[in-house]
Amino acid sequence: MTREPYDNKTASDIVASFDARPEMLVQILHAFVNRFAWISEDAIRQLAAELNLSRAEVHGVVSYYHDFRTEAPGKHIVKICEAEACQAMGSRKLSAYASASLDGEDVTLEPVYCLGNCACSPAVMVDGKTYGRVSNERFDEIMASLGESG
Amino acid sequence: MTTKVYVPRETAAVSVGADDVAIAIARCAKENSESIELVRNGSWGATWLEPLVEVLVDDKRIAYGNVAGGDVPALFDADFLRGGEHDSRLGAINDIPYLINQDRWTFWRCGLIEPLNIDDFRAHQGFKAFEKAVEMGAEAVIEAVKTSGLRGRGGAGFPAGIKWQTVADAEGEQKYIACNADEGDSGTFSDRILMEGDPLGLIEGMMIAGFAVGATRGYIYLRSEYPLTHSILSRAIDTARDAGWLGENIQDSGFDFDIELHLGAGSYVCGEETAMLESLEGKQGIVRYKPPLPAHEGLFGAPTVVNNVVTLASVANIMNLGGEKYASFGVNRSKGTLAFQLAGNIKRGGLVEKGFGITLRELIEDWGGGTASGRPVKAVQVGGPLGAYIPAEQLDTPLDYEAFIEIGAMVGHGGIVVFDDTANMAQQARFAMEFCAIESCGKCTPCRIGSTRGVEVIDRMVTGVEREANYDLLVELCDTMEDASLCAMGGMTPFPVRSVLKYFSEDFSSAVGADE
Repeated sequence: MTREPYDNKTASDIVASFDARPEMLVQILHAFVNRFAWISEDAIRQLAAELNLSRAEVHGVVSYYHDFRTEAPGKHIVKICEAEACQAMGSRKLSAYASASLDGEDVTLEPVYCLGNCACSPAVMVDGKTYGRVSNERFDEIMASLGESG
Repeated sequence: MTTKVYVPRETAAVSVGADDVAIAIARCAKENSESIELVRNGSWGATWLEPLVEVLVDDKRIAYGNVAGGDVPALFDADFLRGGEHDSRLGAINDIPYLINQDRWTFWRCGLIEPLNIDDFRAHQGFKAFEKAVEMGAEAVIEAVKTSGLRGRGGAGFPAGIKWQTVADAEGEQKYIACNADEGDSGTFSDRILMEGDPLGLIEGMMIAGFAVGATRGYIYLRSEYPLTHSILSRAIDTARDAGWLGENIQDSGFDFDIELHLGAGSYVCGEETAMLESLEGKQGIVRYKPPLPAHEGLFGAPTVVNNVVTLASVANIMNLGGEKYASFGVNRSKGTLAFQLAGNIKRGGLVEKGFGITLRELIEDWGGGTASGRPVKAVQVGGPLGAYIPAEQLDTPLDYEAFIEIGAMVGHGGIVVFDDTANMAQQARFAMEFCAIESCGKCTPCRIGSTRGVEVIDRMVTGVEREANYDLLVELCDTMEDASLCAMGGMTPFPVRSVLKYFSEDFSSAVGADE
């Protein structure tokens, strides 16, 4: 994921790379998030125009899916799996620990319901990378390693 | 001499350090002037042993389990490239009981081959089944699938052959194969292991389905929580296309077929087939009314086969070995094999492909080795978040679609999530309702509103407010959701809730209502 500021030309190029097919809207939104990190009002307006959809239709799709955030995320995005397999291995406690330890940091912390890593619970995804068998100590190590790489 | 070393490139293995191990092995080999060929295979599914490294020594693949990057210099010191002794040494991969006692019908190439190497795939029966299908003709392919008794492995268990027949018979210029790879149920990862370990096997299954029903286009709807899978699968599609196994007139068969890979966007309901079709069309993933069935009016209104990853991948060996052979596995109306997934609080978690009829106890004790915590099993949730919590007393139930329905549970996609005796089941019942509230698509009222009311009712019960009246209310709410919801999301959320009421009702008096 990159975090370029929204730019009409880049956005237009992305839409064109999908041949401006309206049925590719979900895929185009993924490409937008990969590029700009989030979906702005400008993006919704431009998508509606270029895909020949109403703004309501685009807004509906954006707001329906968890992946399409409408605000800029923190410097890092941490998703802790809070589905059953991870709950059975203490993910509720891990979430509480993470929430306390990341307080005040520029990190977006959110739950996710299953990373498909259920034989290595609890599982966590940090900036798109999945980690398994995450104890509190390992969680701290993962977060510290991000600091090193900037 | 060059030594082959295998380190899985599979989500679970990588999540516990397989990439670090691969880097360390490459570095140490260089430092020790050893010539190695590093193969990034898929996972065998013995997830508890990951990262599982193998070294090819005299035609045997010697396995080393739970290897960390930091262990690698010691492994070199122990001469592991020649199969040397080390604490992590497990012996030959073909001697590991967890693996050899399985019925690997669909997952037999996972771990064995290099997933993106089309020559390796070809050397292991790859595309033989498609060639055989073309030779047999479409009707015979559908007959073989019917004979096999294969049922949809996504959870619903609908007979695949009948679905294919319906689409084959449907009128329509354009037909589609839509592969459901939105594996959202907690405790399930078999689709992922297959797509990462044998992606070309899935592609071949889709080609056979397309050939059988007359579809020229296939879609794979993959959940976005699987970024590594996405990278492997998209490369596999490109590889197949470059080698002439996708596209027009495939290998001079006269059959055209191509596949487009779509990503989901974090919505659980999109695993429901009609919501998935909506999402594939670029819309909100809102459930459609049925009828019309997708087999008649599916993607873009055209006749569409919607099948799960494992269903499609199972078809290849049905072509190779015959429908009768597949049907010889399993029991009653549950024919063939299922890739069970041992998850949650379990010592030896992973994938176990076995014929139906094996009991939960055999899977959890013989394969799984009991709980990871070493404490007694309290409950087992089978079939994802919409599946019942099964108490320890019922562990001898055989895994069979119908036997599970009889005890108010479901086999689903084969996920088995184990909880030990520290689990508070009222909290799990509350979570079932909460999850439904979060993920409901909002189209029907019982699901959209009922789930939120369910959380509130359970909160009142656990805090001791009119416990009996609220118990009755919860049962009534479950009835309404079950009877009046449009799809399984609202219709089956009551299953886990009811099972907790039935088997673990004492937990309602001791639970803490709110999340910790």
